[in-house]
Formats: sequence, structure tokens, C-alpha cells
Amino acid sequence: MKYLFYPGCSQEGTAREYRDSTLAVLQALGAELEELKDWTCCGASVASAASQLLGLVLPARNLALAEQQANGPDLLTSCSACYSNLRRTQTTLADHPKLHHTVNQALEVEQLCYRGVVRVRHLLDVLANDFGPQVLQTRVQNPLEGLRVAPYYGCQTVRPYSRFDNPHRPRSMLGILEALGVQVHRHLREAACCGASLLVTQPDLGLDMAAEVLAACQGADCIVTVCPMCHMNLDAYQDQISHRLGQRVQIPVLYLPQLIGLAFGLPEQTLGLSRHLTPVRLPAKIATTS
Amino acid sequence: MSIETEMLNLTHIDRSMLAEVSPSHWEKMLSCIQCGTCTASCPAAHMMDIPPRRMWRMVQLGLVEKVLRSKSIWLCSACYSCHVRCPRGIPLTETMNRLKQLALQRGLVSSGTSQAFYRSFATLIRRYGRMREMELMARYVLSNPLAGVRFAPLGWKMLWRGKLQVQLPRLAGQDRLGRLFDRVAELEQQTPDSPNR
Repeated sequence: MKYLFYPGCSQEGTAREYRDSTLAVLQALGAELEELKDWTCCGASVASAASQLLGLVLPARNLALAEQQANGPDLLTSCSACYSNLRRTQTTLADHPKLHHTVNQALEVEQLCYRGVVRVRHLLDVLANDFGPQVLQTRVQNPLEGLRVAPYYGCQTVRPYSRFDNPHRPRSMLGILEALGVQVHRHLREAACCGASLLVTQPDLGLDMAAEVLAACQGADCIVTVCPMCHMNLDAYQDQISHRLGQRVQIPVLYLPQLIGLAFGLPEQTLGLSRHLTPVRLPAKIATTS
Repeated sequence: MSIETEMLNLTHIDRSMLAEVSPSHWEKMLSCIQCGTCTASCPAAHMMDIPPRRMWRMVQLGLVEKVLRSKSIWLCSACYSCHVRCPRGIPLTETMNRLKQLALQRGLVSSGTSQAFYRSFATLIRRYGRMREMELMARYVLSNPLAGVRFAPLGWKMLWRGKLQVQLPRLAGQDRLGRLFDRVAELEQQTPDSPNR
């Protein structure tokens, strides 16, 4: 299986371990990945608040690059905000031909043109549907039996432009987690919001939102996410949240490919578990060779 | 929360604002039946000065300036819960984005912290093409020293864990997406209506 890979900005910085573990797991599964050349920021939630056109042009630039670089393979992204922006742009431009034309007028200064043929895929979609639990299971060397894992999808992974799962009650992680041998901790905040950039701009509200997710995951040994923003919000603020709640909250937050990597027996160094702010201490028998 | 009362002349409702807020969906916006699913779905509603259901009614009634000055629009995290649940199929989160655009354009932003963050972010994308998280936080903190005090311990921890890349800001000769940003501004000037309508 071949994919063009669009890592997104945070995976060059705070979420480098997400990129490393994604590449390691996909390589173990035999996928071929080629990084999108010269990619730029999708605009996050900021560009579209500044201007509607800019909020479409920034993702479209990357879609056009993908169509130019290779004809055929899907564009794979593991960041839910990037995924949502790329899909929003595709959906909007498909519905509004005039806007599509204006976007291409802007892209002319970069000698690019977006045609609308590339398919955009989220890492979770690829793992759940291109490979699937059965294929994943054949690669498991270190079943994570007894580990209680709380899945956390967040918002933009599953809504509103996503097409691979239920936007209210997603379940695409379930099969994957079961294939790894873990015990799934279902909860009511699986597709709730982590607080997104509110943890920076409106901390009182943002921290409350992240706290609600962490509270729903109490009882699990760890949380798994598929989005760098969700990861940051759930992992990095546990001290502040503990202070607010008046009770100690300490629950490791892993990226899904890190957990899959553990089950595949990939070395912990490759998976970058030591880069998280909430220390990842898993039951002794889960820990693999490092 | 105090409930403000005001007499409205319902025979002279300013529909022009409705078209501006919701260019491609204003008919849908008029179809809002005030069921309150948006407010019930919103994780931020309890902190809002104007909760979503009331906000959409105010938009229908042309009371847009009050909405643009509200804190509410800066409390929306774009989780799309209201958007996917609205029984009328109104694209509420995109409409909220449009309100943010209008508030920024007209200088009616009630939240200085949000505005500082959005500005820093846009400057960096234009300059480098990609986000530089450390420089983003440095710029944000400089414009908002109180946030600096709050983020300092977290910043140290992240540096310690190797999560933050220390990159010196490059000030000269960097305008990676400058031409594209300028072109977008130019196209918006040329056709002030078409991109949003």
C-alpha cells in the first residue's frame, strides 16, 4: 500500500513521537510512505477565522502539491486538525465551483492548481480499514493483555467532514484495540472536545474541558489518541488539572501507533514514550525491550 | 445572568447582516426553530454571555453587532457538536467562524488573548510556511505577560523532555508564503462579495 504523507507542523515539534511511531508501525505493516514535498501549514483553526479564502487556500496548496507529486496514492495525515481542514476544503470547493476557481487564481502565484482528485485519509481510517484488526493481529508479538485502555477520538477526527466513522459515537478504534489484546475502557467522552486552543486563549474553560475527558477516563491504565492537539491538552496539563480538581490525576496518554508499536514489539526508543509530560509507566509485563 | 430586555421593531429587521453572517446559508439560518440542541450540545455554553440558541436568534433579528462583541464567539472551540446535531442542518460551526472573521475585520474582538494568539499564528505561517510552536508561544507570551507566568513551568518541562525545538527566529529574508497571502488579500479586495457569498 502506498501513501503520500502529510505530517503537519506539530509533528516536526511537540508531536515528533507521533510521526516516528506512525512511520515505524506503517513500515512494520509493509506500507510505502513518501512525504509530501514542500508542504506547508494547513492554517489550523486560525486561517479560516482570519479570512474564508485564506482558510481554503492554505489547505488547497497542499492538496494541489499532492496531485502534482503523484497521481494515485491517497494523501495520509495523522493530525485531525489537518485532516479536517483538508476535507473541509475539498467539500467546500466541490460544492462551490466559483470559489474553487478563486482558490486556483490564488494558487497561480505558486504555480499550482487544485483539480479535486486526491483522496485524503486519516491515519485511523487507514489502520482500521486499509489494514484492519485481522492484519494488525498477525503482527502482534507482545499482546497487551490486561491493559485497560480508554479510546479518545476527539472532535475533528470524526466530524463533520470525516466519512469513516460515526460522528457522535465513533467505534473505529475498538477493533484495533481488541486486536492488540487490551481491555477497552468505554466512556462517554470518547468524541467530546479536549478544549483545543482554548487551553491557551481561554484557560478557565479549556482546562475544564480537558478535565472532563480525563475524569471520564479514570480507571483506565492509559488513554489513546489520534491527534497531536488532543494529546497535548490531555498529557501536558495534568498538574494544573489536578490542582483545579483537588485530586491527583495522572494517566499516561499514548498515540495509537505508540500502543500498536508496543504490541508489535517495536523498541520503546523508536516509539518515543519518554517524550510525554505525564510519565508513561505501564504494567511491567507490557514494557518491551528498549 | 441578567436578561436584557429591549424593544425590537419586528417590521424593520435588518436582513442585510444575516446575508453577511451567513452568505451561502442565510435561508437555512432563517429556518432555525430555536430548539436549543446547539446550546445543549455546546461544551462552552455555560461560560458564554450569549449562549448559541440565543445567538442564532439574534443573528436572525439582525442584532449582529452585539453578537460580534460577545465573548461567546471566542469560547467556541470548533468541536462541531452543534453543527452535526442541528435538526435544520445549519452549518453552525462554519457560521461561528464567519462571526470571528467579521469581528476581527471590524475590530470588535472582545478577547485580547484570542486576538493576540490568532495574530501571532498568522504571522508565523506567512513567514515560515510552517508553524514554529516555540516562537508562537514566545510571541503570544510577549503580547500577554500574564500567560507567560502561567506557561513558564510547562515550557521548561517541555524543553526538558525534548518536546520543544529551540529555533532562533529568523527575521530577515523570510516571507515564505508572502506572495500567496498577498494574492489572497488582493482577490478578496477585487471580489469582496464572491468568496463569501
